[in-house]
Amino acid sequence: MSDCRIQLTINGQQTSVEAPPMKRLLDVLREDLDLTGTKEGCGEGECGSCSVRMNGELVNSCMVPILQAHGAHIETVESLAIDAELHPLQKAFLECGGAQCGICTPGMLMAATHLIAHNPNPSLEQIREGLAGNLCRCTGFIKIFDSVITAAAMEGSRTHAR
Amino acid sequence: MTDDSTNPAQRRVVGTPQIRKEGAEKVLGRAKYVDDIEFPGMWHGATVRSTIPRGRILAIHFDESVPWHEFVIVTAADIPGNNHIQMIAADQPCLADGAVNHCDEPILLIAHPDKRLLPQAVASVRIDYEELPAVLSIEESESKREIIWGADTSTPNVFKEFVLQKGNVDEAWSSAACIVEGEYSTGAQEHLYIENNGMIADYSDDGGITVWGSLQCPFYVHKSLMAVFNLPEDKVRVIQTETGGAFGGKEDYPSIIASHAALLALKARRPIKMIYDRMEDLAATTKRHPSRTRHRTAVDKDGKLLAMEIEIATDGGAYSTLSSTVLSRATLHATGPYVCPNIRIRSRAWATNTVPYGAFRGFGAPQTIFAIERHMEHIALAVGMDPVELRRRNFLHDGDTTATQQIMREPVILDQLLDRALAVSDFYAKRERYARENATNPVKCGIGIAAFYHGSGFTGSGERRLNSLAGVDVTLQGKVRVLVSSTEFGQGTNTILAQIAAEALGISYDDVEMAPSDTHLIPNSGPTVASRTSMVVGHLIQRSGRQLIQTLKEAANLSDNYTRHDFFAACELLRARDGEVKSLSRYEAPPNIYWNDDTYTGEAYPAFAWAVYVAEVAVDTITYSAEVIDFHTVQEVGTVLNPTLAAGQIEGGVAQGIGYALYEKVQLKNGHMFNNQMTNYIMPTAQDVPPIHVYFEQIPFAYGAFGAKGIGELPHDGPAPAILNAIQNATGESFSAIPLLPEDIFLRFASYGLDPENITA
Repeated sequence: MSDCRIQLTINGQQTSVEAPPMKRLLDVLREDLDLTGTKEGCGEGECGSCSVRMNGELVNSCMVPILQAHGAHIETVESLAIDAELHPLQKAFLECGGAQCGICTPGMLMAATHLIAHNPNPSLEQIREGLAGNLCRCTGFIKIFDSVITAAAMEGSRTHAR
Repeated sequence: MTDDSTNPAQRRVVGTPQIRKEGAEKVLGRAKYVDDIEFPGMWHGATVRSTIPRGRILAIHFDESVPWHEFVIVTAADIPGNNHIQMIAADQPCLADGAVNHCDEPILLIAHPDKRLLPQAVASVRIDYEELPAVLSIEESESKREIIWGADTSTPNVFKEFVLQKGNVDEAWSSAACIVEGEYSTGAQEHLYIENNGMIADYSDDGGITVWGSLQCPFYVHKSLMAVFNLPEDKVRVIQTETGGAFGGKEDYPSIIASHAALLALKARRPIKMIYDRMEDLAATTKRHPSRTRHRTAVDKDGKLLAMEIEIATDGGAYSTLSSTVLSRATLHATGPYVCPNIRIRSRAWATNTVPYGAFRGFGAPQTIFAIERHMEHIALAVGMDPVELRRRNFLHDGDTTATQQIMREPVILDQLLDRALAVSDFYAKRERYARENATNPVKCGIGIAAFYHGSGFTGSGERRLNSLAGVDVTLQGKVRVLVSSTEFGQGTNTILAQIAAEALGISYDDVEMAPSDTHLIPNSGPTVASRTSMVVGHLIQRSGRQLIQTLKEAANLSDNYTRHDFFAACELLRARDGEVKSLSRYEAPPNIYWNDDTYTGEAYPAFAWAVYVAEVAVDTITYSAEVIDFHTVQEVGTVLNPTLAAGQIEGGVAQGIGYALYEKVQLKNGHMFNNQMTNYIMPTAQDVPPIHVYFEQIPFAYGAFGAKGIGELPHDGPAPAILNAIQNATGESFSAIPLLPEDIFLRFASYGLDPENITA
């Protein structure tokens, strides 16, 4: 199949790529746009390491053919910090020990961002549900829950955005 | 400034929740894992694997539809050195040569510039085999109908055997009030690090081989590459990239994938990247050893242990790899934290035609601790005693001897840990309440306990043989660097070693960084395994720091009450004299550590971490699912170096232990894992983990860094038996095998005619 030209907005910047229409959004981000913060863990939509936001929805970028992302707004982990200023969730993950090996962290941060965008003060049960699609093998999730609760209480956890 | 390791009040950095050294890079998404790295002209590699468990390779056919001239192809004939992966023995080929001994064994390697063409090319290689009968279980291996390993030895099919004796078991049976027998088995477990195995290799005639990759033990990979390529030390360079979880799964396997990538790089004369996808990683790489443990125990009328006879069998897979050392740790943890005058343990690791089993957090201990802690429950039932009380009566205390005749010289505070665990979990009140409520509730709740130890560091003479070297230096830019081969893979090596260096040197945590994990730049501080980093390597960093301060005082007039500025100024004076500012320390065994490898007696470990865990479960007798609803952990791990990281180790280990007990089942057909996807190999999610409460008691160990002992593996040892003990408390049903899935519980209840009324709690 020949390449197609895809227009999309990544982290607030308009861009276009030439890619096979079935190329995964994950691979376009990592290979064509050099945004390697988004990780592959399973390639089948189970682990959530490749989570990004697409038009405000949380998606597994390994399950999105790039054709489907034409015209879309994509937010990746690289969008969270503004210049040198970490996003409250990033600060909380650092302080609370929410990141260990770090490979699930970008996806986990995107899922948590999505959660807080919809629910600024989530309960523990809502956090468990909101992060259920993101697997972490290091932390047992406890310190991730702590991080999200801590971030939600911080100034600007919802408004911090480009 | 002093670094008095016995006085917590004088510490500034150790014991505080310092932020993870590489944490900012991780939360920003900037940390570079191996798959994030690209080199100009780099090609991609893939592996053609065996589809049968045992046989001879007759012919290899390359389908003509593939433009093979565009590919580089490597077979065993391309190996310049030895065709084996150098672990303890040299029985595992790097690439199969004429025969295969397990499914998914690597046979040949291919590389191409476009990675998307590789899967089709791999599928287009057809191999003709003469199949041989395969041995696929411990029992089949024991039967010796097929000899698949060690035909020329006196113990064919056996990788390793230990016999450990204390007192005289045979004379004890007749005086017993009660003899209790039991058989316990544990399944394989996948590490499921979220970053799969991956490696990049490059070759040049001048520089030799360089590999970059996801790994735990740079010098294991280094040693393996030297053998495979017949190259001297300085022509092999191993660089660890950010590593996305390991848990033991990147202890030995990286030597294989590094060798493969480097063989392709040598032939292609360009950098080669090999990244496994999840299905390949699950099917082809190591898992936790499956095990079967049989207990026969004599107890007196008061519940005191009189004799323990224990027989352990592990499935080692097709090659010996680390099976002997895993078996050793399994053997040395088999009696649990109990004192008994008469003990006989016989353990064997068996060869089967499955993917070799390997290191996994706990390293044999979770298997035999599951057995003894379930068995103690059965003994309690047999003698009519509260299982908590039975344990208390048999706990090791100061001055007691273990199965290896090791005298407990360090304080043992099991009673204190037990008391605290009972108190914080409200054990007795809950047990009573659950029993009351279960009578009318289809969801049966229960509470269970497990007590255990985990030996810190290498077993027996292991640390002496490793002879580790580690230290610190000071850069021209005014940073102290920690020089170790101990790697970071999430567990906190960077952070705790930097804390230890800062504390020992009397400077701030921010003044310390890690030297790159590159075998050309770092000394060999041993592998990052065996819960040894905090205790053993940390202590070398502490000593190196003290030594440097002493040198600065003598050679550069550093005053007793020096400031940060004084310290770095003195370092520059030392540099002007010596050309560098560097302090290294070599391992010295603590005094009174003796070990006899022949009789398996003596100090098995310089120190032990101790714990009592309490699990609470809810078993739904309509869906047959068991869920852990609360979990309390009380442990003594020496000094806690970083409370946030330490709690994170415990919580993560408990979650893995819950998966080991209730969710994670490796399903094999012909020795090939066929549920090799995250869709059907199930680990605990955010919705499956209970609250995990973490409590530490701290008794500083004089020969660990600022009193630290090992912590990383301990939390995987206790959850499985505590959970199955809780399920027994909830349902009255005793299960002796893990993983325990809903279908297993269903089958048990189905045998009673499916009537929940038959379930008595």
